[in-house]
Amino acid sequence: MAQLTQRAATFQRTLSAAAFSVSSTRCLNTASTSPITVETSLPFTGHKIDPPSRSVETTPQELLSFFRDMALMRRMEIAADSLYKAKLIRGFCHLYDGQEAVAVGMEAAITKKDCIITAYRDHCIFLGRGGTLLEAFAELMGRKDGCSKGKGGSMHFYKKEGGFYGGHGIVGAQVPLGCGLAFAQKYSKDENVTFAMYGDGAANQGQLFEALNMAALWDLPAILVCENNHYGMGTAEWRAAKSPAYYKRGDYVPGLKVDGMDALAVKQACKFAKEYALKNGPIILEMDTYRYHGHSMSDPGSTYRTRDEISGIRQERDPIERIRKLILSHDLATEKELKDTEKEVRKEVDEAIAQAKESPLPDPSELFTNVYVKGLGVEAFGADRKELRAVLP
Amino acid sequence: MAALLQSFGVASASVASSDHSIKLPAFSVHSLPVIRSEARLISSPILGTRKTGKVTTRAVAAKAENPASAASKPGHELLLFEALREGLEEEMDRDPRVCVMGEDVGHYGGSYKVTKGLAEKYGDLRVLDTPIAENSFTGMAIGAAMTGLRPIVEGMNMGFLLLAFNQISDNCGMLHYTSGGQFTIPTVIRGPGGVGRQLGAEHSQRLESYFQSIPGIQMVACSTPYNAKGLMKAAIRSENPVVLFEHVLLYNLKERIPDEEYVLSLEEAEMVRPGEHVTILTYSRMRYHVMQAAKTLVNKGYDPEVIDIRSLKPFDLYTIGNSVKKTHRVLIVEECMRTGGIGASLTAAINENFHDFLDAPIVCLSSQDVPTPYAGTLEEWTVVQPAQIVAAVEQLCQ
Repeated sequence: MAQLTQRAATFQRTLSAAAFSVSSTRCLNTASTSPITVETSLPFTGHKIDPPSRSVETTPQELLSFFRDMALMRRMEIAADSLYKAKLIRGFCHLYDGQEAVAVGMEAAITKKDCIITAYRDHCIFLGRGGTLLEAFAELMGRKDGCSKGKGGSMHFYKKEGGFYGGHGIVGAQVPLGCGLAFAQKYSKDENVTFAMYGDGAANQGQLFEALNMAALWDLPAILVCENNHYGMGTAEWRAAKSPAYYKRGDYVPGLKVDGMDALAVKQACKFAKEYALKNGPIILEMDTYRYHGHSMSDPGSTYRTRDEISGIRQERDPIERIRKLILSHDLATEKELKDTEKEVRKEVDEAIAQAKESPLPDPSELFTNVYVKGLGVEAFGADRKELRAVLP
Repeated sequence: MAALLQSFGVASASVASSDHSIKLPAFSVHSLPVIRSEARLISSPILGTRKTGKVTTRAVAAKAENPASAASKPGHELLLFEALREGLEEEMDRDPRVCVMGEDVGHYGGSYKVTKGLAEKYGDLRVLDTPIAENSFTGMAIGAAMTGLRPIVEGMNMGFLLLAFNQISDNCGMLHYTSGGQFTIPTVIRGPGGVGRQLGAEHSQRLESYFQSIPGIQMVACSTPYNAKGLMKAAIRSENPVVLFEHVLLYNLKERIPDEEYVLSLEEAEMVRPGEHVTILTYSRMRYHVMQAAKTLVNKGYDPEVIDIRSLKPFDLYTIGNSVKKTHRVLIVEECMRTGGIGASLTAAINENFHDFLDAPIVCLSSQDVPTPYAGTLEEWTVVQPAQIVAAVEQLCQ
């Protein structure tokens, strides 16, 4: 890992920083957009493709926004943990902390017109696509102000305007949907791509290969992203997959293995993949990442892996720490400013939770809304579906 | 791969998506020249693929010949699969977002010729030949529908769609609900089902009962060329996911249908034969067994009222209820299995709602709860035969 030498924050910097920026958000806005080139932690590994270069172009503003966004996502997930333990969130709650770099890096490389679809570990990707904290927490608590009006829950976050197509509970079923999104993009010729995300557990689903075959056959702009956190619930990848090289599983479809804990590597890979997919069809990206929590809140996460492993990754590969070190070593902000950002983020999350708690539960009548598009479907329409003829009992 | 998208001079404008509008588009429906005159000509499908030039000429010629007697046009005769194709073609002309996907629908023309000629006309992307991967191409269709396309999924045999059950139940049926109304899934899932001529157990399945509990989908069954075309068009235009059940043995039925464009209501039942003594509720192929039995019954002095329920989900309890209030006796004749079938649900629904009007318990004749055997005689005994219907009515009307 190319370690950048850490330089201690200078006192002059602290003083000048204090002079014109009280809050770190202002620091973010006034940060320069002059390019910095950073090397990714690891080189990319390609399968039937030449991997992109390790040098990533970024700007101070981008790095600071990475830090803020990842801190926000981390804070949201930790807060969801406490809410779950307080029984305000029920059912299944799959947390994404540790994997934030994938969400943030991907967003940096694409636009809101590109589509993302993922499985149930969707809170942070929802945030990245433009979802608000209030919508997320309200949905988790089953309130009316949630993004799916409280009727979806943790596993069913969607944001149509942001190009976020969910949020799916059945493992692997979202990949054919993702290829369908890519099909529609090719049909409409709108030069956008779809990122269909799945995990190392879902990589063994047959429908994934069916969808990949079709995407390759018709050159659909689909990018299949395997977020390999090395555990499919309680089963380690070496116990579930004969070939854990998920980026090679596409065989005739090229693949790229990426360090998923490095937001800049993710950004570079996604940018590369988008260019590739628009021209040549599908590509597989394997993001080597890790989740600190268990599979979901009902899983302690320590019966199938050691605490040493978890804390080891936290010390060596944590995505937020990497960006923090980058920022500090390039003198883009001080230690204090970053801590202030984190405090701000914490406050934001607390406020959103308080607001979400105020949000009412859905009306009982909402039980029957949105089953069909026009009411419950017990109306008989005339020809051409315009005049209502009768209401069926 | 040549993706020939037929563009009727459409400008590719990107539409900003709002809450209720569908995010699509390079295409605008309104710029299509939709010909809605009475003299709208559908070229004889019996002669094969139609060519655009020929349509225009004949339309003009027809108009000039008899302008006054346009209303008394007798219509044109065709077979049921041609009626389905006509409906499909008209909808594909009308809306560029309509596309078809399935096995062998494109170059082969469809295993039952429902999509014959469409791939040459609309291109390989709009009439998509998929590999044999029902689970994922149904999923693909649903994903495409989430962005605003209107795909029609053809299951070569409805039985194959069992492989796609997760996609149909979870994603097709539920996405509108779990997304809080953000996404609509205007797909049509269609294909032949039912017991054929010694096709074997796995190719003779009746899946209406398997799908009927899925919340969020609508189910219809067509039985004549007239209602096949109308229901196909209505299903395509519907914003809900619709499963359209066709029957293997009905594809070659011939009927005269109107030349004018028509769309039927998805939720309505069809009154086949009004009567006084008993209400016989049926759908799909059993309609013909019932009508055959009705001839015998009329000779014996009975007056059965035959209703083709068409809409399997939701039931048209309005038409059915009016009939029950008139006759007070109900016989359900269906090809579905006895256990948990359409007849079972219909019996429960009628009992719940119209119990006071019934003079006798509802009799339900369904297929036997067996895998369809190959031997001809055994297969015959699996489904309800006209003689059984006559006997049931006689007993009911005692």
